[in-house]
Amino acid sequence: MSVPEGKPSDLLSSYDPGLYFDELFGSMALPAEHTALIRRRLGALNFDELRRRAQDAERELYNLGITFIVYSDKDAVDRILPFDVIPRVISAPEWSHLEAGVTQRVTALNLFLHDIYHDQKILKDGVIPRDLVEGNHNFRPQMIGVDVPFNTYIHIMGTDLVRDRHGTFRVLEDNGRVPSGVSYVVENRHMMQRVFPDLLQDIGIRPVDNYGHKLLDAMMEIAPQGVDDPQVVLLSPGTYNSAYFEHIFLAREMGVPLVEGRDLVVDNDRVFMKTTNGLAPVHSIYRRLDDAFLDPKAFNPDSLLGVPGILEAYRKGNVALANAIGTGVADDKAVYCYVPRMIKYYLDQEPIIPNVDTRICREPDALQYTLDHLDELVVKPVGEAGGYGITIGPRASKAELEDCRAKLLADPSNYISQPVVDLSVCPTVCDDAIEPRHVDLRPFAITGKSTWVLPGGLSRVALKKGTLIVNSSQGGGSKDTWVLEGGAA
Amino acid sequence: MNLLSRYAECIFWMARYMERAENMARILDVHETFARDTRGATNWFSVVQLNADEKDFFSRHDRPTSDAVIHYYMFDPQNRNSLLSMLRMARENARTLRPWISTEMWTQINVFHNKLLEMSVKDVAAQNLSKVCTWIKEECQAHTGITEGTFYRDQGWYFYQLGKYIERADQTTRLLDIKYHTLLPSPLDVGSTLDVSQWTTVLRSTAGYHAFRRVYPRGMSPTTVAGFMLFNEGFPRSVVMCVRQIDGVLTRLRSRYDLRGGAAAMERVDELLAALLSRPIDAVLRDGLHEYLDWIQLQLSGITMEIAQAFFGVQPPLAVQSQSQ
Repeated sequence: MSVPEGKPSDLLSSYDPGLYFDELFGSMALPAEHTALIRRRLGALNFDELRRRAQDAERELYNLGITFIVYSDKDAVDRILPFDVIPRVISAPEWSHLEAGVTQRVTALNLFLHDIYHDQKILKDGVIPRDLVEGNHNFRPQMIGVDVPFNTYIHIMGTDLVRDRHGTFRVLEDNGRVPSGVSYVVENRHMMQRVFPDLLQDIGIRPVDNYGHKLLDAMMEIAPQGVDDPQVVLLSPGTYNSAYFEHIFLAREMGVPLVEGRDLVVDNDRVFMKTTNGLAPVHSIYRRLDDAFLDPKAFNPDSLLGVPGILEAYRKGNVALANAIGTGVADDKAVYCYVPRMIKYYLDQEPIIPNVDTRICREPDALQYTLDHLDELVVKPVGEAGGYGITIGPRASKAELEDCRAKLLADPSNYISQPVVDLSVCPTVCDDAIEPRHVDLRPFAITGKSTWVLPGGLSRVALKKGTLIVNSSQGGGSKDTWVLEGGAA
Repeated sequence: MNLLSRYAECIFWMARYMERAENMARILDVHETFARDTRGATNWFSVVQLNADEKDFFSRHDRPTSDAVIHYYMFDPQNRNSLLSMLRMARENARTLRPWISTEMWTQINVFHNKLLEMSVKDVAAQNLSKVCTWIKEECQAHTGITEGTFYRDQGWYFYQLGKYIERADQTTRLLDIKYHTLLPSPLDVGSTLDVSQWTTVLRSTAGYHAFRRVYPRGMSPTTVAGFMLFNEGFPRSVVMCVRQIDGVLTRLRSRYDLRGGAAAMERVDELLAALLSRPIDAVLRDGLHEYLDWIQLQLSGITMEIAQAFFGVQPPLAVQSQSQ
């Protein structure tokens, strides 16, 4: 099963990324020299062999239960996240740039969250409109004046990056509530190691399998002071949550119990879990549950998933939560537009990774511009996740555009608009050949006392020809992401 | 490390469902053999009887034909005693337990369940049934072996053992009861060729035939077979052997992990063991084997209830009803 490292064969020779920036080949202006060996090895593979190995990989993912759940009318079906075996490769210098940029962004967002829940300087100085923050449905007044360890609010952050036609990385979105996908980063690597050991050999790829340790370290750091051996748990909505596999994965990697709301009780503002030997104290909770479901006493009273009284235990500092309550205001799509100004305001720096140019439709000029250029722009609702409710102007039908226009006029502040970003592409195994498909990248950053960024991240790929939406709920797949070690760059 | 009550409960039931599935495969296999004898379709009805499923079965079927019964116990998703339902429950529990059990345990159950899900009635037509039952038994045994070889030995392991042995004891009483349901022996039949062959089949269904022969090289009677399956101290599926295991496991669990609860369960196990050891098989048969087996089943369900209250956080009035059959 070894791959000869001879001349490029036919496998990649007819590949054409078109006008897009290509992750494996680069562009004319920026050829990807760091991928030469990988391209040679890939090129020498036989297409049928590649397909066969890819199918083996997907079969194995299914058998291992590395799946998410899709609900149809009557059934809950286990689906794998489709896995493409051609890796997405990032050079060492590119990665240092991204790592610095992600760290800068997390730092600024944490400063912002601390500020808006304390002195609100940024609002007083008029850098961000007050009502955008306080009127945001993810702003939690219960957090005002509450101190959290190291002033860290977003302990786990997923930053969605895209790469434009010129090869410039841009931030598309921040995910500071409960970002998911990191389990696929690690499992994809394991899968590549099993199925393509010959492709990975001697390339020098930064490892990803210490994510669990880093996460546990952060969870221990933020536990209440004075506890010798803090009990960390992962709080999941349960086996029917579509991301349940990831919850399993993370609990296992950290070696901590995976609990559900019904396993926890609050007594005298302290949190306990129900064990075979009665109640045992819990100190630090990685919760994979949105604020709204966390505490039926404080938020959604109908939630059966949460733990009554946990907010008060948290406010008293008796238990740590990651992420903190109230981070949703920082990853709001409208607040996103102000992040570059936030970076300037708190850190006195320029953003290392720029935003995609964004217009906030709550502002009359921006609304007018958006309405005038609907067919050129991407219009997104600010509150939605998972690629729902997006209208991509150049690809929308007349009816869809009219529908979008009506929605914009009815509730402008619910929308932002952005130019269509020509997402970069990566060679991908398709039915009959290797073809370019659009990809994005979600690096994951963990912050306790300080910030650590997992080398690489989740590369999502839009498997349907021509589509730009990479979300798993919309038929996207994923790729292994290789960050090359310094020497190999 | 602490063990969540919910996990302990899931482990206990995962073990029970896997053990139950193995026994259901054994029961179906045995009946296939019986059905080959002269009695035809009527024999299949006893499977329904011994699982006390008459009401549910007849709500959806007119007659207990072999096809109807086999489908009902293999694939009927509405029948909680079908193999598919058991495997679904075992898998659901295993799914919840994935952070706790080994990846190999989970993968095997997952693949087993998915394969069963893909099977159709055609695959278990009478001529294939035995083959399918053998496959199911082997998958269940693979589960047992993987568990033995990979399951970390902490509290969870003990709850697994508790579930397995309670279920196994229960199932042995049911297998033995087949004989009662299949054919109330008329005095004339006792010792006849047919009678002997049926007792042999019951023994074979528990893989106990050769061991039995070693203990009783000559002769086979209802007394010796029933006595062997109930009280033998070396036969891994005998009721006494299982209850001794339950006794030992519960004792070690409580002492090793300093568990406060479980005294009442312990008491009931001790009572059951004492009762089993003090009753000669002749007396059992004289007073009615079926009634005796029923009584044992009742005791086992009582023990389950006590365990659930002590460790799973189950409240007394509802007890075990959530998952038990």
